[in-house]
Amino acid sequence: MSDNDNDRKPAAEVTPPLSKAKRQTNRRRVLRTILLTGGVLGAGLSGFLPLIYSQKKRLRPPGALDEKDFLASCIKCGQCVQVCPVSAIKLADLIDGVGVGTPYIEARAQACDFSCDAVQCVLACPTGSLTYHKPAFMPVRAGAALAAKPILLAKEKDPEPTLNLNERMGVARLTRPEACLAIQGKGFKGQTRGPDFKGTMRYMDVDRWKPIRISNHPYDVPECDLCARECPIKGAISIETVFAPDGSKRKSPVVHEPCVGCGVCEMVCPVEPTAITIEAREVWNT
Amino acid sequence: MSDLLKRRFVDQIKVLFGWEPAKPNKAEDISPAAQKIHFYKKGNRDLIAEKLHARAHAQHSNKWRNRRWATLIFANLLFTFSFALDIQILEGALTASRFVGFHLIDLNSALQVMLAHKHIINNLLIGTGTVLVLWVLFGGRTFCSWVCPYHLIAEWAEKIHLFLAKKKLVTDQTMDRRLRTVFWAIFALLAFATGYTVFEAISPTGILSRALIYGPGLALLWVLALLVFEVFFSRRAWCRYACPIGLTYGVVGIISPVRIKYKLDGCFHEGDCRKVCLVPHVLDTVIKGRAVDTEVPIGPDCTRCGLCVDTCPTGSLSFEVKGLSKLA
Repeated sequence: MSDNDNDRKPAAEVTPPLSKAKRQTNRRRVLRTILLTGGVLGAGLSGFLPLIYSQKKRLRPPGALDEKDFLASCIKCGQCVQVCPVSAIKLADLIDGVGVGTPYIEARAQACDFSCDAVQCVLACPTGSLTYHKPAFMPVRAGAALAAKPILLAKEKDPEPTLNLNERMGVARLTRPEACLAIQGKGFKGQTRGPDFKGTMRYMDVDRWKPIRISNHPYDVPECDLCARECPIKGAISIETVFAPDGSKRKSPVVHEPCVGCGVCEMVCPVEPTAITIEAREVWNT
Repeated sequence: MSDLLKRRFVDQIKVLFGWEPAKPNKAEDISPAAQKIHFYKKGNRDLIAEKLHARAHAQHSNKWRNRRWATLIFANLLFTFSFALDIQILEGALTASRFVGFHLIDLNSALQVMLAHKHIINNLLIGTGTVLVLWVLFGGRTFCSWVCPYHLIAEWAEKIHLFLAKKKLVTDQTMDRRLRTVFWAIFALLAFATGYTVFEAISPTGILSRALIYGPGLALLWVLALLVFEVFFSRRAWCRYACPIGLTYGVVGIISPVRIKYKLDGCFHEGDCRKVCLVPHVLDTVIKGRAVDTEVPIGPDCTRCGLCVDTCPTGSLSFEVKGLSKLA
């Protein structure tokens, strides 16, 4: 269309000036749009809470990348939750502050006892948040790497007795030695954690492939050694004779380097609150 | 494809990103055959009688809506039961899952993770590729209306909104559709810059899907807030103006062969279809005098929900699989 044609343009094609009412409607629309933008972005900011809370450490499933990489890569699908034979993995809710929909383990309620033998959750993860092979460019924190592949006691007689796990989830620590029955020289009889406790675990002498409730597996031990007795990893914890500050001899659980931080000791500890806890994401300090 | 439809194809991509559809304002913008029909319909008194007759005899169908609801509920329950009953057919949630062992990963979630993590493992790539092919075949935003659980709940909330609007208790406050593109860019940038998948924390699709599978949580409060906003303030606001997932799948829909086709000749231009549509801007072509050709494919922002097909009293809107008609 040449410039001359513009003169003969029909009236309908010329944009009419906006009426006052129309301008006002448009202005309100812009305001509403800004309001929605603010609202959604405000809610979006809540998504950043886990980064602030990441100081507060939560136990992640085995094979998890370091927290920041884990939060970046987790697609929040819960496939790790679905494959876990003891339902140890839970998805975080809004107020947990560790990332909506990201998996974590509450060891005292239900620890990972490696009933699956193969770290199934790692196999299930579609994004590599849980992984057997950490990419080379991601650094391994000093002390996080295990000195050797952990030997799973349940698999000890199998041709391949190790777990495919290179880094620990955390480290068990005797946080309340004063409450520890072993240190007090006491035994334990009955259901650890009481009759209503729902946590499950596999007992090799019961059924290798079927975890049962620990309330269905009462104990009767003259000197409490439940943490060492039920630890699924070879050489991770033992009851040793140690010297007390006053020079007298006594028994005490001692955690060793192979500890992967699975949390079974924390789950089975009969005292309330537990004497031994997993320090999530903690590294091994000699 | 004629030059006119090519131009419309490009225009509809702009519409997907939030621009208003272009009006044909010159005679050359409309094909001669379509011009003839537009001219024939202008002030044709017989047509009014015909229209009233068609109206009186039109049978409202819920065929596509029922099929769609059944598919959506089935898909989401398959997730739920795969876990709850341990039948292991579709494991995971909508963000990422495995269908009898094959990885499926939601395109928008995959994008967020890739941008935040900057490291892509094979399973992620395979799952994303599979889902990409799937939704290219089935029509891009088909995901929204046929699978997304938020869509269904928002559809019910919309009924409440429309009821209240009819009683003049609420009015639909429209917003600028370009906002969705802005959100898409902001969330992509945030993921890339902060290394954290912020959008995944507030995605109602993810929250609802996980709630259906792993049990409800407080995150549902955010979904509730969105629904309240939609009922009392702005009709279908999340799906229309905010959701970046919709835009991601919309882009996939650009090249998809599954779409709604509009036929000009039988249409009475009454706009029933635009009233029920989630994205009425894609139906601009049904407005009197706007269709650029006798048959016009509907653009990529269309969710292929079929409400317009059900509603149209003249059968002027129908599902089409591009290329299949040539085979037949």
